[in-house]
Amino acid sequence: MTDIPELTMSADDPHTLHPSGPWTVANIERLEQLCQRVRGSRIGSIDLSRVTALDTIGAWLFEKLARTDRNSSSETEFVGATVSLGNLLKQIRPLNRRATTSPKPENPVVSWLEAIGRGSGEVISDSVAFLDMFGAVSAALLGVIRRPRSFRLTSTVYQLGRVGLQAIPIMVLITFLIGAIIAQQGIFHFRRFGAESYVVDMVGILVLREIGVLIVAIMVAGRSGSAYTAEIGAMKMREEIDALTTMGLDPVAVLILPRILALVIALPILAFLGSLAALYGGGLVAWLYGGMSPAIFIARLHEAVSVTHFEVGIIKAPFMALVIGLVAACEGLRVRGSAESLGQQTTASVVKSIFLVIVLDGLFAVFFASIGM
Amino acid sequence: MTAGPSAIHISDLVVGFGEHTVIDHLNLDVCEGEILGLVGASGGGKSVLMRTLVGLLPKRSGQIEFAATAATGRRRGILFQQGALFSALTARQNIQFPLRESARISPSLLDEIANAKLEMVGLTAEDGDKFPSELSGGMTKRVALARALALDPALLFLDEPTSGLDPIAAGEFDSLIRTLHGTLRFTVFMVTHDLNSLQAVCNRVAALADGRIAAVGPLASVMASDHPWVRAYFHGARAQMLRLDQK
Repeated sequence: MTDIPELTMSADDPHTLHPSGPWTVANIERLEQLCQRVRGSRIGSIDLSRVTALDTIGAWLFEKLARTDRNSSSETEFVGATVSLGNLLKQIRPLNRRATTSPKPENPVVSWLEAIGRGSGEVISDSVAFLDMFGAVSAALLGVIRRPRSFRLTSTVYQLGRVGLQAIPIMVLITFLIGAIIAQQGIFHFRRFGAESYVVDMVGILVLREIGVLIVAIMVAGRSGSAYTAEIGAMKMREEIDALTTMGLDPVAVLILPRILALVIALPILAFLGSLAALYGGGLVAWLYGGMSPAIFIARLHEAVSVTHFEVGIIKAPFMALVIGLVAACEGLRVRGSAESLGQQTTASVVKSIFLVIVLDGLFAVFFASIGM
Repeated sequence: MTAGPSAIHISDLVVGFGEHTVIDHLNLDVCEGEILGLVGASGGGKSVLMRTLVGLLPKRSGQIEFAATAATGRRRGILFQQGALFSALTARQNIQFPLRESARISPSLLDEIANAKLEMVGLTAEDGDKFPSELSGGMTKRVALARALALDPALLFLDEPTSGLDPIAAGEFDSLIRTLHGTLRFTVFMVTHDLNSLQAVCNRVAALADGRIAAVGPLASVMASDHPWVRAYFHGARAQMLRLDQK
């Protein structure tokens, strides 16, 4: 008795196969090769008397051998099987009888065009979903204004702590570094034509008008927007949102409004702190690298920037927060059953909200330029 | 009645979390080729015992010995309570996954084996293209069973296989396990609350109470046990109702 399965044909009776050894899943690779070797030959019967072990996979391979011979009038017989082997073979007999229709491979050009078409369609459905969510949040907000008691203060404050307070260290650190880098690059390049002192104007205007709020908004989209999508998506997967609906509660009012309000409050504060940190970083570099004393830096900053620059920056913050929150909620509610879908929607949420934040920033730039701010 | 060699031999097993001891010096033998049903209170440590046996939880002390036929993870199949199907794969890919990981065989043979397994558990080849999120509760259990059986295990763990199924589907599932057990001759360790399953499928029943096996043996002898929890379990109102129906 060997541990290696074999499949032999005796010379005097070429229509009888003599398998031996264990025909089990452990030897499946060898079994497949053995069966390949005898493919096409006429098989009258299979002698199982020397098979030491058989499981469903081995039984299926025998069944397959028995079925290859369609032309012969007589069915392939199994001989020499013990009772338990015979029972197993009997169980396998009726399986895989129906022809399965395998889908035809598609024309790559057609499927590429189809993907483009679907993608364009998705842009529209995305916009509709976004507007739908905007409407639902506005309705929930109106409901809260009419009945202030229904406002979820605890939840809002908790979310504010998560997306605001806990985000401060990382936001401040990153904007500090960005401010420092802008100042260093400015000094390095302006030095060539002796315009180092204009670094203060550049850092001040750039940070207050654009970079401060933009960097913070992008960070918030990555940090809090993704968390919102994942949370809401997981709740959707576990039917928590359905449970809320059946209790007569509006999931938008309970889950989404507090989160979006928290973002709308937190983002301007973070943008303000971030801008301060960026100016501080710029001032520090101007002092240590450019040799400009802090007193001169502050005095020049005073001349260079006005409250208008600060207003232009900070007015954008709540709108960006709204966009991030709406996209995160939309994508969260789109999560379907699988873990993969949760990952896809979270990615989509971050990518879309960063894209929209930058588009929004561009629109604001045009708007402020045309009203002369 | 412990005939034959044991597939799992558990002696003096202790499992706990922090201060809390869930399994307290438990001894149990699962015989080769039998279907053992484990009953116990909700939260009483049934799942903890099963998860310890399959190696998901560490034991504090004691021995768990598997027979040589089920010595490696590949020779054991596990049906989780919620199915635990991989949500990113179709039903067919779920069944093929253990095979694909352990052997290099042609895609056509993989498909044939998966389709055969699907039909063995009472589904069709078309169901194989569905994703787990598109399957009903009963179908999920069947696909999960097919995946557990993918490598033709010698030892099968079932965690509440009939929970969440209607009585008809549960009955079908019971007879499916019986039929497969009849042909494939594996050992089954089954955690269940379903009194019907215990009666229809299990050769022996073990009752887990206070972290130990309070009674073990054929259903009739366990029911005759005078352990207070076992008495309450088998002679409570719901159990009585079942018995009346059967008369």
